[in-house]
Amino acid sequence: MDMAVEAGVIKQHLIDPEICIRCNTCEAICPVNAITHDDNNYVVRADICNGCMACISPCPTGSIDNWRTMPLVRAYTIEEQLTWEELPAELTPEQLEAAGVSAEAAGDPAAAAPALTQAQAQAAIEPAFNSAQYGATVPPWSAAHAYTNLFPPKTPTTATVVGNFNCTEAGFDSETHHIVLDFGVVPFPVLEGQSIGIVPPGVDAIGKRHHARQYSVASPRNGERPGYNNVSLTVKRVTEDHEGDPVRGVCSNYVCDLKVGDTVHVVGPFGASFLMPNHPKSHIVMICTGTGSAPMRAMTEWRRRLRKSGKFEGGKLMLFFGARTQQELPYFGPLQSLPKDFIDINLAFSRTPGQPKRYVQDLMRERAADLAALLKDGSSHFYVCGLKSMEEGVVLALRDVAKDVGLDWDTVGAALKREGRLHLETY
Amino acid sequence: MSTINYGEKIPNNVNLGEDRTLQRALEGWQPNFINWWDDVGPEGSTNHDVYLRTAVSVDPQGWAQFGHVKMRDYRWGIFLNPGDANREIHFGDHKGEKAWQDVPGEHRANLRRIIVTQGDTEPASVEQQRHLGLTAPSMYDLRNLFQINVEEGRHLWAMVYLLQKHFGRDGREEADALLQRTSGDENNPRILGAFNEKTPDWLAFFMFTYFTDRDGKFQLAALAESAFDPLARTTKFMLTEEAHHMFVGESGVSRVIARTAQVMNELKTDDAQKIRAAGCIDLGTIQRYLNFHYSVTIDLFGADQSSNAAIFYSSGLKGRYEEGKRTDDHILKGQTYKVLEVKEGQLVEKDVPMLNALNEVLRDDFIKDSVAGVGRWNKVLEKAGIPTRLVVPHKAFNRQIGALAGIKMSPEGRVVNEIEWAAKRDEWLPSSEDFAFVASLMGRVVEPGKFAGWISPPVMGINRQPVDFEYVRFG
Repeated sequence: MDMAVEAGVIKQHLIDPEICIRCNTCEAICPVNAITHDDNNYVVRADICNGCMACISPCPTGSIDNWRTMPLVRAYTIEEQLTWEELPAELTPEQLEAAGVSAEAAGDPAAAAPALTQAQAQAAIEPAFNSAQYGATVPPWSAAHAYTNLFPPKTPTTATVVGNFNCTEAGFDSETHHIVLDFGVVPFPVLEGQSIGIVPPGVDAIGKRHHARQYSVASPRNGERPGYNNVSLTVKRVTEDHEGDPVRGVCSNYVCDLKVGDTVHVVGPFGASFLMPNHPKSHIVMICTGTGSAPMRAMTEWRRRLRKSGKFEGGKLMLFFGARTQQELPYFGPLQSLPKDFIDINLAFSRTPGQPKRYVQDLMRERAADLAALLKDGSSHFYVCGLKSMEEGVVLALRDVAKDVGLDWDTVGAALKREGRLHLETY
Repeated sequence: MSTINYGEKIPNNVNLGEDRTLQRALEGWQPNFINWWDDVGPEGSTNHDVYLRTAVSVDPQGWAQFGHVKMRDYRWGIFLNPGDANREIHFGDHKGEKAWQDVPGEHRANLRRIIVTQGDTEPASVEQQRHLGLTAPSMYDLRNLFQINVEEGRHLWAMVYLLQKHFGRDGREEADALLQRTSGDENNPRILGAFNEKTPDWLAFFMFTYFTDRDGKFQLAALAESAFDPLARTTKFMLTEEAHHMFVGESGVSRVIARTAQVMNELKTDDAQKIRAAGCIDLGTIQRYLNFHYSVTIDLFGADQSSNAAIFYSSGLKGRYEEGKRTDDHILKGQTYKVLEVKEGQLVEKDVPMLNALNEVLRDDFIKDSVAGVGRWNKVLEKAGIPTRLVVPHKAFNRQIGALAGIKMSPEGRVVNEIEWAAKRDEWLPSSEDFAFVASLMGRVVEPGKFAGWISPPVMGINRQPVDFEYVRFG
C-alpha cells in the first residue's frame, strides 16, 4: 500500500471532458479496465486505476493527464464524472482539511503530481522505489577539500549585507532574493554546493532563541565578487504555509528585508559531499526547482569563470530547472544570456497559463538520448536540489533512461552512489 | 541478399526477421511503396524534419515515441495487438469456436475483399491531402497533417501485411494494386466514393478527419471483433492511431469555430459578409461543409440493406461496434431493425431483418458519436455567447448509396422536388463561391507559434510541447 492511500488521500485520475474527443484509445489501452464511457463522457474508476500511466502518451489530446488530490472517501464516482461538462477545480486546502486531510498528507499537488503518480505506477509493478538510497554520501574524487563547521551554532560569526535584490520578476507573489554577505577578514571559505546557516534575531513564541536556517551558497568559491570574501544566497520569501494559509517565514522574511549595511549572525559552512568535481573533463547534470538552483548557480558560475580563463576542457553542463512560471524562476534573465555551447538549459514551467504542466522529469525523459550518453560516461555527475517531491520522479526518470538503453540500473545507480556522482539535496 | 535490416527499419512484432516468404514479398513491395510516397505523398516535404510519433512496439512506452524524422525515413512498422491463444469467436454462426489464426478457405474471398477495401482507403487519404502542406495554417497543423499521412501509410502496411502473409499470390497482387489505384483517377480510382473526393482546403481536411476518419474508427472497431484473429489484432492497434486523426479534425473545426466566434464578438456582427471580410469563415459556410462531409461519410457504411453485411456477420468476419459489450444473443436471427425508405413522397420507417441491416446499425452508431462531437463544437459557441448552433443534417440528406440514393431532401429531412433542390442546393451544400472563398484564405503560415487569421491556436501542443515548438524543421 502506498503512503497516499494510507493517509486517506489519493491522486485521482480524471479526464477533461472539454478536451477529450471520445476516441476510445484510453479505454482500449488501459491494462486494468479502469476506463469506461457512456454517450457523454469517458471516465476513470478511482478504485481500479493504479496510476500506471499506460494511457497517457497514446492519448492524442492530453485530456487524460489530469489529477486531483482527493480524500479517498470523497473520490469522484464514475456516475458523477459521466455528468460532467468540465473538470471540477482542485479542492482547496480548507476543503481538504475539512475532509480530514492534512496539507502534509496531501503534499503540494502542483509539485508532486507526476512524482506521485509515477511512484504509484512503479508500486504497481515492483516493490517500493526508494530514490534516497542512490544519493551519495561522498564527494566526487576530484572535488576540492571542504571546510565545515568553522562557526558552529554555539559560536556564530557576523557578516555584513552588501547586496540584496529580487531575482524573480517584480510584482509576483512568489519573490526570491539574491543576498550578498561579506565576511571582511573573518575566515569563511566555502565551495559550491555547501550551505551556511543564518540565525534570525529574537525569540520564538515560547521565548527560545530562534535556531539557524540553512541556505545553499549561490556563489562560486572565490566569492560572489571574484577575489572578495563574500558569498551569495538565494532565498524565497515564505508568505504561506503548506496549507496555503498566510504565514510569515521567520528567517526568509528577515533575510529578504535586510538592507545593505545590516549585519547578520552566520553559522557554518556545512556540507562535504554535495560538491562539484574539479576535473576539467567531468560533466555536470544539474536538476533543480526554485531556490534549489542556488548550488547550480554556484557551479555554473565557477565553470564559467574557469572557461573564461581557459582552464576548462570540454566537460558538459546540462541544467534542468523547474518553476511554476517563468516569472518565478530565479535568475531567469542571467540564465538566458549564457552561451548555448557552454550550458544546455532545459526549463520546465508547471503553471504557465494556457500551457500544459511540465516538470523537470518530463524534460529529462525528452532528453533521454543525451542523458543516456552521460549515464554511460564515468565522468558524469548528477546533482538534484529542490523540493522533496521532485526527488523520486527525477531518480525514476534517470533509472528509466538507463533501462531504455539497456543499462542495468542497479549497477549504474550503485556506481553513482559509490563514486560520489549522484547527489540529492531535497527539502 | 536482404537489403533491409528488419528490426531497425521495419519495427514489427510479427517475427518478420524469420519469415523468409513474407520478407521476399515485402522486399518486392516496399520500393514500390517508397515510389508511391515520392510520387503522390505529401508534396514538397522530403527535406523536412518533422516531429513525429512513431510506434516501435505495441506497449504504451513503445507506442508513442516522439522525435524529429524525415517522413521518407519514417519507420512504418507492422504491429498486431497482443493475442490471446484461447480467444473464442463471440458472434455469428461460429460463436464459441476458437478464433482463426489462418484464413478458412470458404471465407477467403470475402476476407480478402474486406481487407482490400479497408487497405484502399489508407493511401487514398494521403493522396487526397498531398497538396495541403502548401497551405498549412501553422507549423503545428502542418505537423499534424504529416503525422496523419505517415500513419495512414502505416495502416496501408498493416493491411498489406495481412494480404501478403495470409493470401498468397492473390494477396501479393492485391497489395500491388493498392499502390496502382489513385484517388480521383478517372481510369483507376479508389474503391470508395468519399476517397475520390477532393480535399481542397483545410476546413475540408478538418471535416474529413472528423467525419471520415471517424468512419474509420467504426469500421476498424467492427473488424477488431473479427473471428480472423490477425485482422482483429491489427485493426485494434490501428484504432489507437486513428484517434489522433479524429483529434486533428475535431480540434481543428473547433478552433475554426472559436476564431469565428471571437471575431463575431469583436465586430458585434453575425453578418457572413462582414465576417468573411475580416478573414474568418462564417458559420453558414462551416455548416455547409459539415453537411457535405457528413452525408458523404455516412454513405461509406454502404447500403442500408445488405446481404453481404449479413454474411460477413454470420460467418464471423466483421462484428458490430463494441460487439463484446452488447447483451443480445450475438446471432441476431429473427430480429429486426428499422431502416428508412420513401413512400408516396414521405420518409417512413420499416422493419427489416437485423442481419441485413447491419450497415445501418453501424451507421447509426457512427451518427450518435458524430452528433456528440458536434455538440462539443456547439459548446464553443455557447461559451462565446453566440446563439447559432451547428446541426448534423438528416440521415437521408444528399445520399448516393442505398435506398435513399438520389432522393432530394432538405437537411431537416423534408422530401423536396428537383426545382426546390436546385434553388436551395447552395444554401445546403458548399457552393463554388464558398470553396473559392475558403481557398482565398489558404496561405501558408509556418513560423513557430504563428497561426493563420481564420483559426485559433490549439489548447496545448503535441506531446505536451509548447504550442510554438519547432514541429517542422525545414531542410
